[in-house]
Amino acid sequence: MSNPRDTILAGIRRSLGRGALDAETVRELKQRLAQPVRNTVPQRGQLPIEERTALFVQMAEAVDATVDQLGDLSQVPSAVGTFCQVHGLIKSALLAADPELNALDWGEAGFTSRTGLPQRDDLLAITPAFAAAAETGTLVTRSGPDHASSLNLLPDNHIVVLHKAKILASYEDTWDLLRKAYPQGLPRTVLWITGPSRTGDIEQTLQLGAHGPRRLHILIVG
Amino acid sequence: MSSPTVGLFVTCLIDLFRPSAGFAAIALLEDAGCQVEVPEIQTCCGQPAYNSGDRKDAILVARGLIDAFAPFDYVVVPSGSCAGMIRHHYPGLFAQMPELARQAQALADKTHELVSFLVDVLGVKQVPVAFKGKLAYHDSCSALREMGIHDQPRQLLSSMDGAELVALENPETCCGFGGTFCVKYPEISGRMVDDKARDIEASGADTLVGPDLGCLLNMAGKLRRRGAAVEVRHVAEVLAGKTDKTPPIAADPKRS
Amino acid sequence: MPEIKSPAFQANVNQAMGDAQLQQALAKLKGGFQVNRVTAAGKLPEFETLRDQATGIKEHTLAHLDFYLEAFEEKTRAAGGQVHWACTAADARRIILELCRQGGAGKVIKGKSMITEEIGLNDFLIHNGLEVVETDLGEYIIQLRNEPPSHIIAPAIHVSKEQVADDFREAHEALDPQRPLAEPRQLLDEARHILREHFLSADVGITGANFLVAETGSVVIVTNEGNGDLTQTLSKMHVVVASLEKVVPTLEDSATLLRLLARSATGQELSVYTTYATGPKREQDPDGPGSFHVVLLNGGRTDLLGGPLNDVLRCIRCGACMNSCPVYGAIGGHAYGWVYPGPIGAVLTPALIGMEKSHHLPHASSFCGKCEEVCPVRIPLPKMMRHLREKSYEKGALPRTFLAGMGFWAFLARRPRLYRTAANFLARALAWAAMGRGALKHVPFAAGWTSERDLPAPEGRSFFAQYRKQKKGEKP
Repeated sequence: MSNPRDTILAGIRRSLGRGALDAETVRELKQRLAQPVRNTVPQRGQLPIEERTALFVQMAEAVDATVDQLGDLSQVPSAVGTFCQVHGLIKSALLAADPELNALDWGEAGFTSRTGLPQRDDLLAITPAFAAAAETGTLVTRSGPDHASSLNLLPDNHIVVLHKAKILASYEDTWDLLRKAYPQGLPRTVLWITGPSRTGDIEQTLQLGAHGPRRLHILIVG
Repeated sequence: MSSPTVGLFVTCLIDLFRPSAGFAAIALLEDAGCQVEVPEIQTCCGQPAYNSGDRKDAILVARGLIDAFAPFDYVVVPSGSCAGMIRHHYPGLFAQMPELARQAQALADKTHELVSFLVDVLGVKQVPVAFKGKLAYHDSCSALREMGIHDQPRQLLSSMDGAELVALENPETCCGFGGTFCVKYPEISGRMVDDKARDIEASGADTLVGPDLGCLLNMAGKLRRRGAAVEVRHVAEVLAGKTDKTPPIAADPKRS
Repeated sequence: MPEIKSPAFQANVNQAMGDAQLQQALAKLKGGFQVNRVTAAGKLPEFETLRDQATGIKEHTLAHLDFYLEAFEEKTRAAGGQVHWACTAADARRIILELCRQGGAGKVIKGKSMITEEIGLNDFLIHNGLEVVETDLGEYIIQLRNEPPSHIIAPAIHVSKEQVADDFREAHEALDPQRPLAEPRQLLDEARHILREHFLSADVGITGANFLVAETGSVVIVTNEGNGDLTQTLSKMHVVVASLEKVVPTLEDSATLLRLLARSATGQELSVYTTYATGPKREQDPDGPGSFHVVLLNGGRTDLLGGPLNDVLRCIRCGACMNSCPVYGAIGGHAYGWVYPGPIGAVLTPALIGMEKSHHLPHASSFCGKCEEVCPVRIPLPKMMRHLREKSYEKGALPRTFLAGMGFWAFLARRPRLYRTAANFLARALAWAAMGRGALKHVPFAAGWTSERDLPAPEGRSFFAQYRKQKKGEKP
């Protein structure tokens, strides 16, 4: 009696009317996986940096994210401060353990800041984004020692710091960057975020803030 | 064009319920310069059997049609679904029979729905007909999706002097006929044609036209059941200017 | 195994059509998902090209399914995950239960997954002493109601907000009975609050997979709510259940399919959260599941592969077909009687559970072809429904009167002269029965027609009777 794996593979081959694939075909298929080729990439995001950024902002705002453009990383804490004022949040910043974010002067902007995992009463998390795809206003984040996944989802408000130079045209461009950054294999999660959490499950009425954040605020820096 | 011969495939529904549409089709083709014959050994395209899963009978009936229309350069059909059956499904029906497959393909290649034949093949751009009133056109599913008929009838209908085309809100939604579907699942079909009737009534159209008689019988029957005043005709009757000869589908004849 | 109600199709249909609440919900599809899909497709000039490419990707993958599954397994293991192969639903349930026990469950939270519906996982786990909580809001609602989903991406589409409020009051006993729950906002906030507790106390998270990426051993999960990610991130063990045909070759291929998925489903450009999960947490990760398991289920897929129903394996579960189907729009999802409703269900259900239990499904279609028109991977659904009808016919499984009528008609249709006579006779008989009126309200043997609409009267003589007369008159 063969094991389920063998049974299933044999069943596949039988249904396809062949035995195991020949060596040449296997080589070709392995090559297809080792050097992936792009299918058609929409023209949409393929613009010079300024137009690309404008497109990113337009697409992100269309899905109810809010966006601020800052000249410089040092402006981030005060921009977050403004966000907290507007939405009545206390100035308590839970930061991803990202060195760049942690090097900023939060104290000067009146914040108490810490890193770590979100607790039940954390209402705000601030994290970096690895990159973004302008085509749909999508942020690309990845898990790692410096970016706990639950920061993206548990607190009510999520602020993302995105370097302008990382606003790419397409999903494919972000995969190229990720593969370069992680030649040994992808991080546990690569999470694409396109706007704050939503649902249409009650009478097909769209509402924000299902399980993930109610608000997604993007700070574009550069 | 050096006088190609055109064979008219009347279709079983027009033969039985609406001969006027068949005669209107002949008039349209002759007006456009065609020599039209109607071979009398034709019966049906075989769709009822084919869509019911009765492939055997579909093949037998289709063979009759292939024989009937072999002699012609073009075969023209005042029905999107029958034309679609021949064009898109006949070759596959005979896939296992090489000689018949060849004949089926030859027939498929020369078969056209009526209005698209006039516009796309003969280059007809308008019809010299006056028609006063608001017309809604229903896109029968096979005509639309199998035969690509959408702009052509609208082009010819708009060319009629006095005619105003009004759009249905959901012109591409199925009317619920679907051949035997409408009698096998009457409640579902009834709902679909009820939705369609409401759409037609709300459009403000005086007259509903379409390319397929099955759909028209279905919609006319429902409109009448609902007491609606909309007149229903086959698109051929209207384009041929033959609406004074026969009352609309399902309408009581006017007492003279 | 989830209960099969497909044999009761006619009764289901009658009930559905009389359900005013359901009909109201279904009516929203036209102005909602249906029109949104068209708008979204219209905004992407490359949409049709992507459909062709997506179809090609799926066809290629199915033709080399053995290779891609093995490649996926290899990469998943390299990332520290485990792959389990299950031949049947029962095997999958057993494996998952064992994994849950290993994971110390306790409590299992779930992301929305049609495959877990298909294998009847929840009931099985509950029966074996586990607590199971659905985290997708729609799934949570129907879990409270003990109902199956009625749509593959909007499972509670048939439920009104008043019904949800009642269900919440009954289920969330600890909350203040006087609290207001009239508005969707209030319901959502309550669900978020309740489910948050479950997220934070779960042992095992079970999800499905939208795609399995062979290149990297990644599992793609797509949600708008964020529960797909929370289900896996907060648990100690993440179990993915996926049928074989979910695998795609590369990240680029997944991107192409993702561009079609949300646009076809709801008209969104992309769902809010798209998670590519590759293995368990890395040593230095602050959070994430300690173990990662993928259960690959056959469940009859290899029987479909390479056969006349092969193309149904291309399905990416977007729901566009049912959103656009006028039959689904009239009867809703529960009428189909099993896990998958709409046009995809009309093929997949008989394919997986057999025509004997579900023969109505491929017959209850007018073959309008809209499903095939909107399917992002161009599945020829009407063609496959016709194939199933052929199987029905071959087995003689159709009603006797129908078979007799079809046989009689075919007999006539092969005999032109007889046919001519019969047609003219029928034309005259019906015209006579109409008694000068334009239509008949009742016709013997045609109650299926006349129950819903009048039967227009024929003109009185068949076309050929008139044509012959004309031609005779023309002869010199």
